[in-house]
Amino acid sequence: MRYAGGVDVGSTQTKAVVIDEARRIVGRALIMTGSNVVTAAQESFQSALDDGMVREADVGYVIGTGYGRYKVTFGNDQVTEISCHARGAAHLFPGTRTVLDMGGQDTKAIRVDANGDVLDFCMNDKCAAGTGRFLQAASFALDIPLGELGGIAQKATRPVKISTTCTVFAESEVLGWAAKGKKIEDILMGVHRSIAARSVALLTRVGVEEQVTFTGGVARNVAMVAVLNELLGVPLQVGEDSHYMGALGASLFAMDRILAGQAASAGAAS
Amino acid sequence: MATEQDIVGRGAVEGAKLMRDWFARLDAAAERKESAAYVFVMGSLAEVLRAFDMHLVFPEINALQTAVRHVAHEYLGMAEDYGYSPDVCGYVKADVAMQLQGGTHSMGRLPKPALAIATNACNTYVKWAEFWERYYRIPMVTLDIPGSRSAQGGSAPGTDAFESDRRYLEIQLRELITECERITGRTLDLDRLREVLGWTNRMAAAWQRVLELNRARPALFNALVDGTVYLGVLNALRGTREGAEYFERLVEELEYKAAHRLGTIADEQYRLLFVGVPCYPIFRRFHEMFADQGGVFVASTYLWFAAGGLDLGFQYDLTRPIESLAEGILVGVRHAGDAMLFHDQALIEQVDQFEADGIVYHPVKSCRTVSTSLAGSRKTLMKSREVQCLFIESDMMDRRVVSEAQLKNRIDAFFEGLGSRRIRTAAASA
Amino acid sequence: MTTLTAGIDVGSTYTKAALLGDDGTLVATAMIATGFRLDAAAEEAYATLLRHAGLSTADVAYVVSTGAGRYQVAFRDLHATDLTAQGRGARHFFPRTHTVLDVGGQTMKASRLDDRGRVAAFRLNDKCAAGTGAFLEKTARYLGFGTEQIGAVAAASADAASISGVCAVFAESEVINHVSSGRAPGEILHGAVVSLVARSVQLMKRVRLESEITLVGGIMRFPTMVRVLREELGQEVNVPPEPLAQFTAAVGAAVLGHQRLAKRAAAEHAAA
Repeated sequence: MRYAGGVDVGSTQTKAVVIDEARRIVGRALIMTGSNVVTAAQESFQSALDDGMVREADVGYVIGTGYGRYKVTFGNDQVTEISCHARGAAHLFPGTRTVLDMGGQDTKAIRVDANGDVLDFCMNDKCAAGTGRFLQAASFALDIPLGELGGIAQKATRPVKISTTCTVFAESEVLGWAAKGKKIEDILMGVHRSIAARSVALLTRVGVEEQVTFTGGVARNVAMVAVLNELLGVPLQVGEDSHYMGALGASLFAMDRILAGQAASAGAAS
Repeated sequence: MATEQDIVGRGAVEGAKLMRDWFARLDAAAERKESAAYVFVMGSLAEVLRAFDMHLVFPEINALQTAVRHVAHEYLGMAEDYGYSPDVCGYVKADVAMQLQGGTHSMGRLPKPALAIATNACNTYVKWAEFWERYYRIPMVTLDIPGSRSAQGGSAPGTDAFESDRRYLEIQLRELITECERITGRTLDLDRLREVLGWTNRMAAAWQRVLELNRARPALFNALVDGTVYLGVLNALRGTREGAEYFERLVEELEYKAAHRLGTIADEQYRLLFVGVPCYPIFRRFHEMFADQGGVFVASTYLWFAAGGLDLGFQYDLTRPIESLAEGILVGVRHAGDAMLFHDQALIEQVDQFEADGIVYHPVKSCRTVSTSLAGSRKTLMKSREVQCLFIESDMMDRRVVSEAQLKNRIDAFFEGLGSRRIRTAAASA
Repeated sequence: MTTLTAGIDVGSTYTKAALLGDDGTLVATAMIATGFRLDAAAEEAYATLLRHAGLSTADVAYVVSTGAGRYQVAFRDLHATDLTAQGRGARHFFPRTHTVLDVGGQTMKASRLDDRGRVAAFRLNDKCAAGTGAFLEKTARYLGFGTEQIGAVAAASADAASISGVCAVFAESEVINHVSSGRAPGEILHGAVVSLVARSVQLMKRVRLESEITLVGGIMRFPTMVRVLREELGQEVNVPPEPLAQFTAAVGAAVLGHQRLAKRAAAEHAAA
């Protein structure tokens, strides 16, 4: 049995996935990236191997992705997150024609064909508006753990309108609303709506075609999914493994190489 | 008989030397306290000024040099300390800083201006020239050059509208000539003007051929890296024997390379068009991010507009020098403007002529004129042709908004897309 | 019996309070995190201040508020802008100062004072928070360091990673990209300090800085910051004695309180 590995070194989290020849996920791991990306990549990969009870020697090819992809020292090649999220989404949801990946540092809208190949993409990597960073900023400003924001936002009855598009000014705006006595859930829903609106703008630029799949860390945020569904007017597909989409895509590309007979060079997988 | 070693690569070497010499001549002119005409690449009016033997200073070229040499941030900082906003065009700020330092720049010193000439090809030119007008109390001549009224190209040569525009420009040219006569104390020597126009004719014909030759497979020169050197010579030595001969020799070199299939990079995989102004702060690295993956820029809109439309190959009629000059400047500057504003159809044609696989659009923070239409253009091109289109944003001068990691991310994804498009196309035709 | 005034500086991140005697003695200080209830923060800071001094509100003759939340201090007698308060505070500690650089939590301000200590010119940081305490703290946190370690970590690295972004968010991307390419955290933090210093000096030049220069704001408690600033400026700088760098505005507000009382007394005297 041959296995393939994918390691996604992101700004906040590093994810690793191991798949088998049937392209099923057998092991996965997620750790905080921290300031040493080389060890983060190594540790997450080891954890994924342990999770799947797979021996490293049985992994024929590893692909690194994410901003830290060139630091996956044990990897055989690198592929951008754009291609990996597209591939991963198309694999889990074969009807996918548009992917929205909201990550820790940037957000991407990707149009794909039936094979998961990227036809076009549109990124917001300059500005934190419309990205997970905006949520992190709100979390820090209001002193509420990131994972709880979505649940609280869902209780909103009268969401505030966050008027600025810049995260830095928006932080002040959030605090301003709080000082004026607005309910936290209404403020947070405003933040979610602001982020979603920016993402919808990105999607519109790339052209929305159903099915639309939502990937990346923020995809597990129920409030964000609900708002995006509303603003897009089409239901988004979200999987349990949305965090791992990049790593999954990377492992799928790795398996392609194995099956095409490209054996890893000696010592590369060790 | 020139050997391969003699001929291949000599354009790059000669071009670099010509530019170094040109800056040295300017430095010497500054030393002798001579003055110059400060001009811009879109409508430099070099032929008129050369007929008066005036020194020419191209602040746009001086500015981009500071970025290539990684010192632009010092100049930008100085201009911003002086009061210029971070949003103002980086070229302007770099030049302002040079003037504040008494004309010192990364290649030496500049002679002070006695005359500033701006055209409306770029709105910023006029405000920029006003700075010199105020700072140095010099005359400023602004030429109002009617542009294309529509993408369909209104007022084509031969129409009444065109002749009306040409006459309008001729009147302004004569005003410029009068101003030059006043400043230099000489009258215009028409024979000298004819001589200068003749050199431009030869340069334009050769330049047109140079651009055409790059349709070869593999491509013979890189439109960005080599292109920047060519643009330097096209502007600085326009209307001179050296300039004309440089390009005629370049044609010879490129024809040799084409005949022997000597490409500019060893392993050409993808032929690309570049739309916009290059990213000078990381010039070499930018080139590598494409070349390392087999990408070559075969053509660029930059090569049209930054040479004032010389690529049209317009031939001045030496029997009617001033009338013809007006016509040539009109079509040239209009063409340069169209490279920024009405370029969709021309890009589609270029995709076909150059067999391009992809187009890279590069909007810059400094310039709305160049950047505004690019998103729409990209959509049009993707609908019209089977090409991969990349959109990357940075600046041509300001390192603060250039993120190499993010550029690389998008560029890598672009190449992955080019690769899978190629596989798809091959599978489809199999 | 000295007259006491209180200065309350409600900042975006921290609220500071100072109790000042008319002889210039700093009787007590207090500092708490502001949170998002500005009025409550002011009340708590004031209460803490009085507790530290072992006094009650009746002992305080005049209260002046400053900072972003100055209007939310219900019990104030007067409010003043940060710039005015900082200027007075800097003068209080350094009578010959003419330029004040205030690197706060979310804004950076440079001001030039006239001979009477009034603000003659000022500039706030352009566009964004790339040159503020918040940026430095965020960077430190991202790299896994506590705020208090910033100075030591940055000082220990010889090289500085280049961080040139205009915007704090963009600069954050640069930090992330440095980490992703394996750059040492110490060098990145050092780079953040260098970037912050460069922006501060730029801001000071734009108010046409004049000696002596005083540095205020919490970030100045890091010797590394002060050292790099001193090097970049090429001249000596004043820093209020530890831990008072964060309290200059509050002290300055209290100084304003005394000035108000004196003016009031003079007016009453003239009327009499």
